[in-house]
Amino acid sequence: MTITAPLTGTIDTHCPYCALQCGMRLAGKTVEPREFPTNRGGLCQKGWTSAALLDSPGRLTEPLVRVDGELRPATWDRALDLIANQLIEIQATHGRDAVAVFGGGGLTNEKSYLLGKFARVALGTSRIDYNGRFCMSSAAAAGMKAFGMDRGLPFPVEDLQQADTVLLVGGNPAETMPPFIQHLKSAELIVVDPRRSATAEQAVLHLQPAPGTDLALALGILHAVVADGHLRHDYLADRTTGFDEVWRIAATWWPERVERVTGVAAADQRAAAAMLATATNAYVLTARGTEQHARGADMVSAWINLALALGLPGRAGSGFGCLTGQGNGQGGREHGQKADQLPGYRKLDDPAARAHVAAVWGVDPDSLPAPGVSAYELLDEGPRGLLVFGSNVVVSAPHAGRVEDKLSAVDFLVVADVVMSETAAMADVVLPVTQWAEEDGTLTNLEGRILLRRKAVRPPANVRTDLEVLHGLAQRLGQPADRFPVDAEEVFEELRRASAGGIADYSGVTYARLREGEALHWPVPATDHPGTPRAFLDRFAHADGLARFVPVDHSGPAEPPDEEFPLQATTGRVLQHYQSGAQTRLVPELMKAVPEMYVEVHPDTAARAGLENGDLADVVSRRGRVRARVRCVASIRVDLVFLPFHFPGEGRANLLTNPELDPTSRMPEFKVCAVRLEAA
Amino acid sequence: MTRKIVIVGYGMAGSRLAEEIRRRDTDNVSVTVIGAEPHPAYNRILLSSVVGGGMTPQMVRLHGDDWAEKHDVDLRLGTTVDGIDRAARTVTLTDGSTVDYDALVLATGSRPWLPPTEGLLNDGVLAPGAVAFRTLDDCEQIVAASKPGAPVAVVGGGLLGLEAARGLASRGNLVTVVHPVGHLMERQLDAGAGRVLAATLATLGIEVRLGVKAARYLPGDGLKLDDGSHVPADLVVVSAGVIPETTLAKDAGLTVERGIVVDDALRTSDFRVHAIGDCAQHPGTISGLVQPAWEQAAVLADLLTGAQPASRYRGTPVVTRLKAKDVDLAALGDVHAEVDSSDAEVLCLTDPTRGRYAKLVLRDDRVAGAIVIGAPDAAATITQLYDRGIPAPSDRIALLLGRALPPGASVAHSPADLPAATTVCRCNTVSKSQLVKAWRGGARGVSGLATATRATTGCGGCRDTVSAIADWLASSEETTP
Repeated sequence: MTITAPLTGTIDTHCPYCALQCGMRLAGKTVEPREFPTNRGGLCQKGWTSAALLDSPGRLTEPLVRVDGELRPATWDRALDLIANQLIEIQATHGRDAVAVFGGGGLTNEKSYLLGKFARVALGTSRIDYNGRFCMSSAAAAGMKAFGMDRGLPFPVEDLQQADTVLLVGGNPAETMPPFIQHLKSAELIVVDPRRSATAEQAVLHLQPAPGTDLALALGILHAVVADGHLRHDYLADRTTGFDEVWRIAATWWPERVERVTGVAAADQRAAAAMLATATNAYVLTARGTEQHARGADMVSAWINLALALGLPGRAGSGFGCLTGQGNGQGGREHGQKADQLPGYRKLDDPAARAHVAAVWGVDPDSLPAPGVSAYELLDEGPRGLLVFGSNVVVSAPHAGRVEDKLSAVDFLVVADVVMSETAAMADVVLPVTQWAEEDGTLTNLEGRILLRRKAVRPPANVRTDLEVLHGLAQRLGQPADRFPVDAEEVFEELRRASAGGIADYSGVTYARLREGEALHWPVPATDHPGTPRAFLDRFAHADGLARFVPVDHSGPAEPPDEEFPLQATTGRVLQHYQSGAQTRLVPELMKAVPEMYVEVHPDTAARAGLENGDLADVVSRRGRVRARVRCVASIRVDLVFLPFHFPGEGRANLLTNPELDPTSRMPEFKVCAVRLEAA
Repeated sequence: MTRKIVIVGYGMAGSRLAEEIRRRDTDNVSVTVIGAEPHPAYNRILLSSVVGGGMTPQMVRLHGDDWAEKHDVDLRLGTTVDGIDRAARTVTLTDGSTVDYDALVLATGSRPWLPPTEGLLNDGVLAPGAVAFRTLDDCEQIVAASKPGAPVAVVGGGLLGLEAARGLASRGNLVTVVHPVGHLMERQLDAGAGRVLAATLATLGIEVRLGVKAARYLPGDGLKLDDGSHVPADLVVVSAGVIPETTLAKDAGLTVERGIVVDDALRTSDFRVHAIGDCAQHPGTISGLVQPAWEQAAVLADLLTGAQPASRYRGTPVVTRLKAKDVDLAALGDVHAEVDSSDAEVLCLTDPTRGRYAKLVLRDDRVAGAIVIGAPDAAATITQLYDRGIPAPSDRIALLLGRALPPGASVAHSPADLPAATTVCRCNTVSKSQLVKAWRGGARGVSGLATATRATTGCGGCRDTVSAIADWLASSEETTP
């Protein structure tokens, strides 16, 4: 069946940006907020101005093919024929894995799913990963280890309104998802952030650890929980396993020792422990600040250990969660665009999973490739052919200068995007695809709720959906036409079957149920199943139903400061921009508010470098040099600088960042590297 | 060929070394650990928590029962080494058996120094009712003997003595600390800080007697001091300092001064024999603290396993942190420079009534020493600056006081005083001047201003401010004809 989308009048939709997926109403090309549980009628400036991109002059409206070094308009047939021929040739000469696919956390579930299938079936390559690797992978890995399941918030976001205490680690929702703050109003907020962020300013207690020392801080608070008699012995016995080994490590991290490593006062660690322990309802939430480290999975495990010691996860009114970043950062990590994964959060190296999914796809399980490499490794190993969907890696990947070099060396680069991103500008073929309001599709928000975003406006004439692109390419690569449907609902029907029985089971979700406004949080194993708004209340997802304490110890940042690079840099976001900024930098109102790259510096540190507020500075690491406007901020540590990562060219914060990868999650160390500051 | 490593001592240093070796290497070396106490290793740092009742002896154990087996360590408990035969490369245990070594590590720790108080010792052991504060057994004795409400005397007003005193006060004991020097913790504090600390302890019910010695111990009665006064005590806890345990090393002919002398590779005068922890004497640190012991263990493990042959121990800057509930004290570096010092920048702030003292000594713009009592944030920040050698912020007073900024943004002042460019609504980048402009354009009330500017439509946190601005604009309109 098809959706009859009213292309005029008003239609309820969701914001194209972050994982809060604020409810909004689109009337023509005007946005208005609407009541929805996640945003309660609120919208930030990004949301309010999101429709500006629908008819932006920066919009891609026709396929482009590089001829004599220049991107020139071409027909779809020409573009797709060219791509197919090139990919066939590359694979014939260099093998299947010579062609890689790079996806994105903004893609709908249907696109993510079909992209994974396209890579494994049409291209037969193991080389597929996506920018969510840079985003949610540490939280995902730790969540799987502890709970046997990774759903960002395993409870509806409104539950937070009943909390007495919320510990937010490395998150700045006042900038990244402003309407979310409404859910924290009644809680006493503890914020862990090296910076006095907009969110930290709202905290009752702000813990400012030195960058990369979060794990020690978590151990110190856990130590205080135990030492001050707050350990939940009953819960530990009934619902968990493995505490003793964790305690042996935490016992060696008494708060005074932790203070010396982190700079967080022992008294504040004890205060945090007491606030969490004496609350009737409490939550521990993590975000990128603690996850984007070369030991990010361990850092999240440490915070989960703390939550478990306090008896929070799986208790009604309390819990542990991570704040997902990208619009479909949750659904995007469940359905197979990850290197080691098949739909339904299945493991690609699990024979039963391969058999199930291969049957749905109508292929031989043995034909499915083995798990591939993670996002940065995929770019770094230098594929011969690369297809990028919805990601701007030359801005958003770590060690961006190297990634740019690698991309330049790719024989054949294809980018499908809405706008001419910096990555698209390097491509051999650029495919203009539809965006949020121009297509149907589902997304899974930060609380694991599946949302239907309906087509509200007609796309520009010569723009196609990603599904149509994959369909067209797959056919040219010799696949049967019906194996890659173009209709979103049809793809979703297949996704339902492929995910059935998996951890992220969508088999009970239908477009009809979503159209009727049902609030469905996965797993939804049957069409008469009400969904699972609150997971883990009775048992965790491991076979024995118990949550696992995971023993982890502190080791510190991969690149400590030294004489040559005496400062530490951390990266993050500003309210007005989203991710690499490819979209938001095209919205005049947002650019007016935050027009250029800047660096936050302590006034003393600026003065030492001969800089004043407003001067241009160079921030230099072992890997690159970034030009940025100095903003003097008295509340930042004297040895820390902060850079937003939304800007292109010589303002790319990721020119500096360290591509050291987490051993489990393969997350790069975005959040801390050693730098020095120079006058430009 | 596996190299045989024998570690004498299963305390904080010895157990850590065994862990560090196994973290680097599982096959190439054999590890034997010889521990005098009958228990598995425990965390000495947490003993005051055991005394205070916050932790059980079980909780302070460093290793589980299966640790040795899991890590392929030959662990011998309840036995000591009688002698070292350096020529034969063996150690002889009390039971007469011998153990061969390729590398021997002495991690024998220290033993309590006992003051020459009459009646304190009977035949070389503490008299009934007197106990040292050193081992887990000591703590269990203290806990058993100190009934809430009972008077207890602590001999020694150093770091450990005060931690014990605080633990006992938490248990409900009436504690008197007897200290022979004119102020508490004289190794780490100046006199001013000592006074503030004593005043703080007094508020916690701990009496401090300074500049007096315990002349006589009267079991069941207490202490008679050398000024003739009397301190009643059912129990006397002795924590008057420690002596590095060097007997074995001396007997084996190794160079021993105060402790066993070691170089940067933690070698004694015999290159096959190493020493770490309290028993060792390295020029870069003072003994008696765990941080140096653990850093030494890491370096020695690098060397013994060959994992990092270039690894060296260069010393540990000492930061003293008193672990006592409701007393926040940190001391580091050179604390004895005076405010009028000619070669250092010295700041000092004293607030004895509220238990605060902060002294900061800077040289070349860097923290050279500090004492901070009752200002936890300042202590934490100053320690970071000291450890990392970072130039101190130019606003020294803010540094001394701790948190420089008041928490939270305030809405308190009048909207009239707000600068026009102030961002009122962060979520939608709306400044005060934009709100004023919208008002002039006819927008009224919060909802009118919201419609015109989108202020308040994000997280809603600025609603009060926008409302105040609306009221202010309305009232100024009334007063303007």
